[in-house]
Amino acid sequence: MSTMDGYNFAYLDEATKRMIRRAILKAVAIPGHQIPFGAREMPLPYGWGTGGIQVTASILGPADTLKVIDQGADDTTNAVSIRRFFTRVAGVETTARTGEASIIQTRHRIPEKPLREDQIIVYQVPQPEPLFMLEPRRAEAKRLHALADYGLMHVRLYEDIARLGHIAKAYDYPVMVNARYLMSPSPIPAFDNPKMHRMAALQLFGAGREKRIYAIPPHTEVHSLDFEDHPFRPIRAPHACALCRSTDTYLDEVITDDAGGRMFVCSDTDFCAERQARAAPQEAAE
Amino acid sequence: MYVAVKGGERAIGAAHAWLEETRRGDPAVPELSVAQIGQQMPLAVDRVMAEGSCHDRFLAALAIKQAKGDLIEAAFLLRAYRTTLPRFGASEPLDTALMRLRRRISATYKDLPGGQVLGPTFDYTHRLLDFALAAEGEPRASAPEAASAVGVTPRVTELLAREGLMQRETPVEAEPGDLTRQPLAFPAARDVRLQNLARGDEGFLLALGYSTQRGYGHAHPFVGEIRVGHVAVEFTPPELGFPIEIGEIGITECQMVNQFKGSRTEPAQFTRGYGLVFGHGERRAMAMSLVDRALRAQELGEDVTAPAQDAEFVLYHSDNIEATGFVEHLKLPHYVDFQSELENLRAIRRTAEAALREAAE
Repeated sequence: MSTMDGYNFAYLDEATKRMIRRAILKAVAIPGHQIPFGAREMPLPYGWGTGGIQVTASILGPADTLKVIDQGADDTTNAVSIRRFFTRVAGVETTARTGEASIIQTRHRIPEKPLREDQIIVYQVPQPEPLFMLEPRRAEAKRLHALADYGLMHVRLYEDIARLGHIAKAYDYPVMVNARYLMSPSPIPAFDNPKMHRMAALQLFGAGREKRIYAIPPHTEVHSLDFEDHPFRPIRAPHACALCRSTDTYLDEVITDDAGGRMFVCSDTDFCAERQARAAPQEAAE
Repeated sequence: MYVAVKGGERAIGAAHAWLEETRRGDPAVPELSVAQIGQQMPLAVDRVMAEGSCHDRFLAALAIKQAKGDLIEAAFLLRAYRTTLPRFGASEPLDTALMRLRRRISATYKDLPGGQVLGPTFDYTHRLLDFALAAEGEPRASAPEAASAVGVTPRVTELLAREGLMQRETPVEAEPGDLTRQPLAFPAARDVRLQNLARGDEGFLLALGYSTQRGYGHAHPFVGEIRVGHVAVEFTPPELGFPIEIGEIGITECQMVNQFKGSRTEPAQFTRGYGLVFGHGERRAMAMSLVDRALRAQELGEDVTAPAQDAEFVLYHSDNIEATGFVEHLKLPHYVDFQSELENLRAIRRTAEAALREAAE
């Protein structure tokens, strides 16, 4: 099945895949808990998604259809490169359509279209430890997780409110998983956080450089940290998409000239294209 | 219009083609062969083998050629290849007392069994650019042959240990850890620490080692011995049950002798900082042994005050493949995060401006 001589299907050897699958099983059993694993060097650099790539390589089968997005888009350079990597080493079908994919590897976004139970979303994670800015020592952070001692993070959020009137964390906004573990959702915009809550699809998180895997099983409670008098509020640019006119999706701001001109367009290119395609015949009919 | 800011298959293809063109350079200039790199840039090859964590001169030279001489990129190529190789097991411990030596020096004794052997070193050269090299003529005078090979050379630290002056290391029967299979965990044992340092970035190790000499940590080091040469590698295949020699590798070993003021249970004695690296890499081996000793602070009951003594800090940041990946990933698109920061900042400023207006009214 492999399309590259000398390499196993999906690049990793079977023993490595088994080791990673074991880590994934542990991660699923303890939602939100970081499982150390013997991450391998990959032919793509650390920071480019080596954790996500290893997770995807370990769960990928010949019958899977893979979608890869970066910043919500299928055509960003890194998404193209990772998709090409799997085409080369696994020869699997790829797609840009969220609905057609069985595995979606993502960097920094969750697709707008709700995911189904028969899909898996794999997040690329640069920094799995949600407490790292507050406690850089892993040995100590591990202890805090064991004790579910998340006071540091609450104080950090409270300080924002005291200084600015609201929580000023716009992405990589910490969540509590299954009311037990504090977890980094990876640098997705806080706008995407609510999509993690009771998501039907299995969510897997891979951090290659930091050598950690964690997971959220389907239909798990995921709550963005907040306070009763300061409830969590997702942020998006208050505009409509210039292409599909959507008003409830996450938008990219695109600078159009050097005189302050700008437009806002959907970050999820597949969602946007689908909406445009649906609208086109209607407009033609009108 | 806006699609132009997104990447694409064609752009990547063209960029790769251009990269290949610049790698080759002017086709009028003869191409550099892998053998030439291996023969004439042996120290670059050694560094790539060490940081690439794979002892293979040909592959390291090939990686240097492919990486246009960027040694970290070359080490990365070698690591990405290494990771696909099966792991058969751990070799028997190398016996460096039996090394075939090219160089062996001690800074602690004027003369000693086996003698001081300078070997091919830059140490006493005058660093004057040699314009004759630009002429690319025939090979110049070759080195004279020594009358006899280097004889038996016991290790300096062993001489001290016999006198009870050097702390002995406790032998460990278990197979050493391998952080390419098991991620780092803390407290990290010395075998894993040494593996981490042996693969670590030379510049990082050098700076950390240097810092221990300048008061960041309490180092009082002496070079007990540096030895450079070749050593046999023995491996016990499970089906045989006894060790067989499977080859020879080039290594540099440095044993740094450090003071230790003693504790309630141990009298004052010297302690060891250890460095062992692939190829000829004295700077790396020396820096490694300084950092190794610094990382033993806790076990020796010394205060942990300096960066070089902080195991988490040192071991998590020594790997240049990890470091370069994460630093350079900042050039990947981050516009989704940046967009939410933009909206966040705008909201903060709106609130602040409204408050200011209210205050003015």
